[in-house]
Amino acid sequence: MPNWIRVCAADEIEAEDLIRFDHDGRTFAVYRSPDDNYFCTDGLCTHEQVHLADDLVMDYVIECPKHNGQFDYRTGEAMRAPVCVNLGTYPVKLEGGEVFINIQGAEQV
Amino acid sequence: MNAPATLRDYSLTGPASGPGFAHAEWYATPIPRTRMKELMKRSDRAGLRDFGLWAGLTVASGALLIWVWGTVWAWPVALIYGVLYASGAESRWHEYGHGTPMRTRWMNDAIYQLASFMSLKNPVLWRWSHARHHTDTVIVGRDPEIAFPRPPSLLAWVLNLLHVVATSKEIWKALRLSLGLLTADQKDFLPESERPKAFRAARAHVGILVSAGIAAMLISSWLPLVLIGGPTFYGSWLHHVMATTQHAGLAEDVPDHRLNSRTVLLNPVFRFIYSNMNYHVEHHMYPMVPFYYLPALHEDIREDCPRAYPSLLAAYREIVPAVIRQQTDFNHYVRRPLPAGAGPTPAYQRPLIAAE
Ligand code: FES
Repeated sequence: MPNWIRVCAADEIEAEDLIRFDHDGRTFAVYRSPDDNYFCTDGLCTHEQVHLADDLVMDYVIECPKHNGQFDYRTGEAMRAPVCVNLGTYPVKLEGGEVFINIQGAEQV
Repeated sequence: MNAPATLRDYSLTGPASGPGFAHAEWYATPIPRTRMKELMKRSDRAGLRDFGLWAGLTVASGALLIWVWGTVWAWPVALIYGVLYASGAESRWHEYGHGTPMRTRWMNDAIYQLASFMSLKNPVLWRWSHARHHTDTVIVGRDPEIAFPRPPSLLAWVLNLLHVVATSKEIWKALRLSLGLLTADQKDFLPESERPKAFRAARAHVGILVSAGIAAMLISSWLPLVLIGGPTFYGSWLHHVMATTQHAGLAEDVPDHRLNSRTVLLNPVFRFIYSNMNYHVEHHMYPMVPFYYLPALHEDIREDCPRAYPSLLAAYREIVPAVIRQQTDFNHYVRRPLPAGAGPTPAYQRPLIAAE
């Protein structure tokens, strides 16, 4: 049975931006794309475990603030060195104007 | 009083290597997220304006050099062409390596490849070495890009006005890499999956240089080598003079870029050649900010930083005595006073940090 966890109100995340979400000792990044879809990935860069929450979102790409590695946050795919390992991604749903993630439903490309 | 002077081992596999600052908290002046988003914004237009001007001037001066070749005018024209080609490429290699000037990724990558060849740097090896430089800036045994290990070699600095040491090393690296050979230090920061790419790039660079050499022999003229490859030796001096100010003589092993990097105010021509890397504290503190917004970032954080140097001369007035003293006093470094009210430097955390 999916374990949906409330993250925030949908409008708390600006379009083409992300927020950090900590839960149960883990950290996640929750994104709102330019076309108002929501996504969730692990919150730490796979290169040197830097928080992605201070990053720049460009279209569907998240860029790490430390060495400018890039991921596609829809799939978690590592797109630009020095990141080589993909990010884990998690299902997201919108209900009653609120964002929920299912952290048991990790997806990997 | 200083502790007795001892030589440090700067190699990445020596006694000072080991855990770095990968998970450490480096000091960063707090900036509201909305402002940061403005400063991080990428613009193809701004990137293309800079690249177009640089590439246009380089090609035009190269064409002029071909035109005046064999006359006395070739000397001054070569000087201009060389600086645009090599000093301009050194800074663009760096900027496009960060991938920040353009919003469109393939444009960043294409210019990175071009500038890497023009500065004779292996694009794969240097991307990884530079990532480490940003993780462990001037951390002994971790940072592969410490240009002034103590005692700094003054002879190497002078020779590098013609990039004798720096570019010869890069050519040697390219030859070794083209044969699939890596040093222990290179193995330390270059993941295995990236090594074939580094070897391929080295072969391409060596191939282009050899072709230029063959062309020179075929037409019995130095011109092909003065146009391709040669400028990296004779035209990098301006970048060398400016880049010396980045970290020379400053603190080692401190997680605060305000104390191990310099911001130097320069004229617009030098800033164009150098892609605003004179704002070096700002660049290290926020590597996400493209070069064209570094002056704005400087204004935002200057109250929290040591005073910027008003000119190259002012920076050299500090660097020269410091590196001379470091010839015998290996513990000496320039201490940068933080202004009253500035955020405190994080405590030295290195021994507590887990390895990458
Ligand atoms: S920590 Fe993210 S790219 Fe290096």
